[in-house]
Amino acid sequence: MHKLKLIIKREYLAKVRNKSFVVMTFLSPILLVGMVMLIVFLTKVNDNETRVIMVLNESDYFSNAFHSSGNVSFVPYNAIDLESAKDSTLKMGIYGLLYIPQAETLEATANHATFYSKDNPVGSILDRVERIFQNRLQQGRLQDLGVSAKDFAAVSESFEVKTSTFEGARSLKGINEVKAVIGGLFGYLIMMFIIIYGGFVMRSVIEEKTSRIIEVIISSVKPFQLMLGKIIGTSLAGITQFVIWILSASFLLLVAMFLFDVDMAALRGASTEGNNPVMQMAPIPSSNFSDVQLYAQELMQIPWVLLISSFLLYFMMGYLIYSSIYAAIGAAVDNETDTQQFIFPIILPLMLAIYVGFFSVFSNPNGPIAVGFSLFPLTSPIVMLMRLPGGIGEGGVPLWQFLTSIILLLVTFLGIVWLAAKIYRVGILMYGKKPTYRELYKWLNY
Amino acid sequence: MSDILQVEKVSKRFGGHAALTQVSLTIPENCIYGLLGPNGAGKTTLIRIINQITHPDEGKVYFQGQPLAPEHISHIGYLPEERGLYKSMKVGEQALYLAQLKGLSKKEAKIRLDYWFKRLDIGDWWNKKIQELSKGMAQKIQFIVTVLHKPKLLIFDEPFSGFDPINANKIKDEILALKEQGTSIIFSTHRMESVEELCDHIALIHKSEKILDGKLSEVKNAYKNNKYRIELHLSDRSDAVIHELRALFEISDEIVIDDTRNHTFTLRLPNGDTTDFLRYLHQNGIHLKTFQEIIPSTNEIFIKTINQKMHA
Repeated sequence: MHKLKLIIKREYLAKVRNKSFVVMTFLSPILLVGMVMLIVFLTKVNDNETRVIMVLNESDYFSNAFHSSGNVSFVPYNAIDLESAKDSTLKMGIYGLLYIPQAETLEATANHATFYSKDNPVGSILDRVERIFQNRLQQGRLQDLGVSAKDFAAVSESFEVKTSTFEGARSLKGINEVKAVIGGLFGYLIMMFIIIYGGFVMRSVIEEKTSRIIEVIISSVKPFQLMLGKIIGTSLAGITQFVIWILSASFLLLVAMFLFDVDMAALRGASTEGNNPVMQMAPIPSSNFSDVQLYAQELMQIPWVLLISSFLLYFMMGYLIYSSIYAAIGAAVDNETDTQQFIFPIILPLMLAIYVGFFSVFSNPNGPIAVGFSLFPLTSPIVMLMRLPGGIGEGGVPLWQFLTSIILLLVTFLGIVWLAAKIYRVGILMYGKKPTYRELYKWLNY
Repeated sequence: MSDILQVEKVSKRFGGHAALTQVSLTIPENCIYGLLGPNGAGKTTLIRIINQITHPDEGKVYFQGQPLAPEHISHIGYLPEERGLYKSMKVGEQALYLAQLKGLSKKEAKIRLDYWFKRLDIGDWWNKKIQELSKGMAQKIQFIVTVLHKPKLLIFDEPFSGFDPINANKIKDEILALKEQGTSIIFSTHRMESVEELCDHIALIHKSEKILDGKLSEVKNAYKNNKYRIELHLSDRSDAVIHELRALFEISDEIVIDDTRNHTFTLRLPNGDTTDFLRYLHQNGIHLKTFQEIIPSTNEIFIKTINQKMHA
């Protein structure tokens, strides 16, 4: 135990004192916040660009159909022919010209209308123009059928179905997605952590091999102790880095929002909705007050204790499984360029977990794919966490699935660490060989 | 004198390749034991087994009469052939870390490091990083780290590689001093001249098998073949004497130096009996300047044994 502590301490200090690690730790939050600010800024710039569209209407229809609003202004031409309208539009540098010719019927008019522009028109503007035509056409046909505008307005009133649980509490639409996003965030965090710090473990093993210190060390400690100490030390350094990132990024974000006066409500809609339940309780325009409160209540009901404790559990086992594979790879090769062929198969299940998780858990947290991947040990740390915000038991993950996934994960964890330790033990003393999978299999019997 | 280490019929295979086959060795306490053999013979595997880095498929190893166990690690110091240090770590920090892994307390390690750093004139390196040092300098630190915990058994695998002659001598003196203090030393090398200087016992490993072992002096005696180097000072009758000598004895490698009338040659006496030859010289009044038995060097024994083995 004493030796393990020494190794952990050395690995931790070696990592934390590393210059690039220090730079990354303090630079990343600034970069991240800068990126967010840039995106907010660019989105605003993008939204603020108003496009002017000239309308030359020679027909009897559509006289009052085009209203300027948002980022599109419609400006009518009067008493001018098409050619000169085109000319002046182009000369004035105006975005486009909508030409509606004279025709017998509404349909014919609509069919002959043309949109002129210098470049290919933006999709959103075309959509808008098309929608106006569609509405007008619909209205026209309904009038032909004898439906008055007033009746039409009454008919088109939108309808929303009320949703409720069997217990009678009002349930909310979209809450499943919100929950999955929260779980997804945890899953994503695990994946990023595994890829970043697993890579650190691997490089640290390679460094020991290339600097030839490895044999000196394993004449005093067991290879397994060294591997374990390395993994734990590196992950402690990783956790340190993560904590610094989260603290400084949230601090910087607050400062930045304050300085740039970013609209919090606008951001909340775009970014991770309801990541922070307290924020959801902030005063909101009264119109949808009750809904927001319900969402907030629902978010408070997410089993946070369960979620966070299982996050830690799945995180630890998932990370240990993957980082011991990374350590074994590091031991098997002589330099980093040889690692590619082995790294791809590791990243594959991680990516699969994230994408399968996002697609299938979002649409149906208890569907067969979601269940399958949340039981399979190499993907369960990510996929199960995406399902867990729904709770365990009724309405959420059945208890047997939760327990099965943990038992499978534990068994795999022990198996993989055992295998990886074997490869590690042999690999660290092999020099100058480019290993193949066949070779690795042979090492298991040494 | 008891034995520090006994290796009993140890075998080790890696896949289809035999690294050690039924190797048995006995290493007495307080001696320098030379472990010799060509590259790939199995020396390093044997050393790794003694260090419990790998485990034998068959056979047993005893340390001071007890089966080898993890607690013996702190009594063994090992300087591997493939050796290095953490490049970006400071010298002192690194030495402390490695010493603590061997079970020394931080305080004790510091005291001993101060002593050794002074002894090898490297006191001012404490805060340097390894990457700032030359290869020879790093080797000195590795040597210190190997002996720091005062192990009962030291294992040196090619200890002199990377040292310049002056520092190699220094390290050689340190090894001899450690032996004086009662340490047993296993010395693995294929540099024979250092074997002659240092070793009391040797074992020769070839293609996973031990093919020769024993006290260096005994091994040499076993390999001598009754050859003598003779130098005579001849008078005017030299030609006649030389003809007679050639007729009576087995003579080879003759060198005659005319102006000094010196005659040097190798003489082989099949039964090792020198009386006939000496009597002949005496009767003929020939002046004998040198009479020396030719004892084979370890290098010759090494090559001869392995060649015999390969042709057998």
